[in-house]
Amino acid sequence: MGTIGINSPRFVLPLAALVLLALFPLVSTGFYLGFVNKVMILAIFALSLELLVGMAGLVSLGHAAFFGIAAYATLLLSPEYAAANFFWLLPATVACAAAYAVVVGALCLRTRGVYFIMVTLAFAQMAYYVFHDTPLGGGTDGIYLNVKPVVALFGITLIDIGRPLTFYYVVLASLAGVFLFLAVLLRSRFGRTLVGIKSNEQRMRAAGFATFPYKLAAFTLAGALAGLAGFLVAVKDGFVNPEMLSWHESGAVLLMLILGGIGRLGGAVLGAFAFALLQLFFQWDVVFGDFSRHWQLMLGGTIILSVALMPNGLIGLPAQWRARRSRAGEADARG
Amino acid sequence: MADGSVSLLRARSVSRRFGGLTAVSDVSLALEEGEIHAVIGTNGAGKSTLINVLAGEIPITSGTVELLGRDVTRWSQPSRAKAGLGRSYQRTTIFPHFTVFENCRLAAQATHQMPWNWWTPATSCPISTAAAREALERASLTEIAPRTAGLLSHGEKRQLEIAMCLATRPRVLLLDEPLAGMGPEETETMLTLLAELKAGHAILLVEHDMDAVFRVSDRITVMVNGTVIASGNPAEVRVDPEVQSAYLGETDVR
Amino acid sequence: MEVATFLVQCLNALQYGLLLFLVASGLTLIFGIMGVINLAHGSFYMIGAYMAYALAPMFGGSFMVTLLAGLVLAIVLGYLLEWGFVSYLYQRDHLQQVLMTYGLILVFEELRSILVGNDVHGVAMPPFLAGSIALGDLMQYPVYRLAISGVCLAVAAGLYLVIARTRLGMMVRAGSTNREMVQSLGINIKFLYRLVFAAGVALAAFAGMIAAPVSSVYPGMGAQVLIICFVVVVIGGIGSVRGAFLAAILVGIVDTFGKVLFPEIAGIAVYLLMAAILLWKPEGLFRQG
Repeated sequence: MGTIGINSPRFVLPLAALVLLALFPLVSTGFYLGFVNKVMILAIFALSLELLVGMAGLVSLGHAAFFGIAAYATLLLSPEYAAANFFWLLPATVACAAAYAVVVGALCLRTRGVYFIMVTLAFAQMAYYVFHDTPLGGGTDGIYLNVKPVVALFGITLIDIGRPLTFYYVVLASLAGVFLFLAVLLRSRFGRTLVGIKSNEQRMRAAGFATFPYKLAAFTLAGALAGLAGFLVAVKDGFVNPEMLSWHESGAVLLMLILGGIGRLGGAVLGAFAFALLQLFFQWDVVFGDFSRHWQLMLGGTIILSVALMPNGLIGLPAQWRARRSRAGEADARG
Repeated sequence: MADGSVSLLRARSVSRRFGGLTAVSDVSLALEEGEIHAVIGTNGAGKSTLINVLAGEIPITSGTVELLGRDVTRWSQPSRAKAGLGRSYQRTTIFPHFTVFENCRLAAQATHQMPWNWWTPATSCPISTAAAREALERASLTEIAPRTAGLLSHGEKRQLEIAMCLATRPRVLLLDEPLAGMGPEETETMLTLLAELKAGHAILLVEHDMDAVFRVSDRITVMVNGTVIASGNPAEVRVDPEVQSAYLGETDVR
Repeated sequence: MEVATFLVQCLNALQYGLLLFLVASGLTLIFGIMGVINLAHGSFYMIGAYMAYALAPMFGGSFMVTLLAGLVLAIVLGYLLEWGFVSYLYQRDHLQQVLMTYGLILVFEELRSILVGNDVHGVAMPPFLAGSIALGDLMQYPVYRLAISGVCLAVAAGLYLVIARTRLGMMVRAGSTNREMVQSLGINIKFLYRLVFAAGVALAAFAGMIAAPVSSVYPGMGAQVLIICFVVVVIGGIGSVRGAFLAAILVGIVDTFGKVLFPEIAGIAVYLLMAAILLWKPEGLFRQG
């Protein structure tokens, strides 16, 4: 996996996607607008995990904790009947997610491999129980946001994020920003170090890289970015509940990565869309009738098949097909 | 070895125990600049453990390690590496998906990490690219620099292993069986390289190939069951009766 | 706390810990020997519990016969699952294993939903074990709970005997410290793996069955036990059955007394314990291999 050049065709696809998403509101409104909006937020969530899994090689099964903590923080920090100011609320909620990430990361990164997977899950579960069992988060019912935050400076509202269309573009801008940020990060010394650690941590240490601080920084940054996604979803829906921290959520975002293709930023975005569409499809009673109640069965089966048959995800399919065709071609040539 | 010179690496009474098993017991040695100091011994003699302790990969049980005059006994491996210690591994430890050049460049980046600089691409870093070019040049790998490391031949990979070790411009080199799995031609290339590396470095060489060891080393330490049974120049070691009986096989003592 | 309450809680902690041990031992063995992390392991516990509920009517409500039938079915399930699914996971990396077994959880949950529904059920205790026994003058303790502890201890002892004293156990121990070596020794690895996996499934399902009368049968029980088992395995050290035993008892104590002494943080007490162990011994109390 080498570095990505600025002029390479790999930038055409993300640009095209950006343009498509920007034009999307022209052709639809209402439900579908809200749906794509939600998926873009999930894409940010998936990108944050891509930093951990794809770049640093740290498989976390507890990433939803940071997503959920920021979402709850958004609601808990907002005044009950007044609008909070976006410019302090956003950094504050992201800071909450990052704070939990740095503590959990410091503990989890003392382990590796399978242990790491298990302890990240356990710490996410701990956060889940805090919101599920204690009165802090309103218990299993969750809590509602009464007034959305305002993007205002000196009393003047700059952007009215109460309007769905405006909020859509705010989210799109955030997605583009996160994507660009991670792309630049990947090329930087910090990013290359992470990739090196993923490839061969022993060699990195032998060369003189103290790998723990790098991994912790990646873990915290990933938590912060997941927190951004959590903030956006809390503002969008105006509602949070403990299930946002459940391991099903953590499993889902991991799944998005592998569906789309690990190791490519575009894969995270593609995976988020693929996952959301799959979920929607399996619940479509037009196709499945009454059986659509059991959409999780089909989802489960799809997960198994896609991991088994498409190890490089959707974004890796063209390369997979090319490899198969060239192998077939060689076999033909040999006769 | 001139008296009064500071050894680049000095191990004093190094011991390493794993529970009830003593892998390395009271080993002392010194690595001098311009010398290749070989450590030989039968399987299980503790050579790999010794290298791991000296490199900082596993903690020491007792004893001290001094690097360039500083006590590094409690230092982590990355800290020792930054202080001028390089090591190569018996099992090739490279980045298989990167190019040969990027392998060296990333290793070289360790000397000037600048992790907070997120906007400039790492590959445009002048320090690491220069160091990588230099290391590849010394290891005679410049021609294959753009190739993917995982696709190299075994011998080329072992050369890359050394190149990556050199990329951080260490003063002390700990080489763990660099000749492992090499044919005669590749061995010659590697031995020439090792001889060239003597200038400016102190080299510890763990090897099984006896001919190579006696050809290229300036000093040899022999280990059996974790302890040193002999240490001296090749001629002395070759005729040492304990070495002959324990390791080189029962031969007439002449 | 009075002596009587303390004693009751001790017995509860022991019972809970021993049940956890049964499930966790399977999980740790499967990972230690086959290198597979199986997220669906909790589902076997759930399947056991639901079998106790669903099969009882077929055997006239006889708990013991249901138990036997369930055990047989669990072993068959484990055998077939290893043959048809798990054997494809050995060569894959952890991420793929995690996701494929996660998909398996969804499949199991929905199949259960289709076959038996999503309701919470109770399971009747066997009549000869119902009732309470007096412990001293101070209190009564349910006989069934004592029976659970007894049975789990017996299974633990049996497990110990097999692993420490038989040739099969020797292969298991060898396999958990050095998989490649065992393979190169020409031992029939495929059979060993199938056996170990089936045993793991059976242990988890058995635990679910005997726990059903006291813990009732509900959809989320698989997920709940799985995550606690992960904590047990992390604390005990992966691949170590002895570690799983100690860790399970420890978790049982911390969880039970946590709920009694500090009810506000009851749910997270176990995770705090895990965090403390991680600070002290990141690879668990008895690391293997």
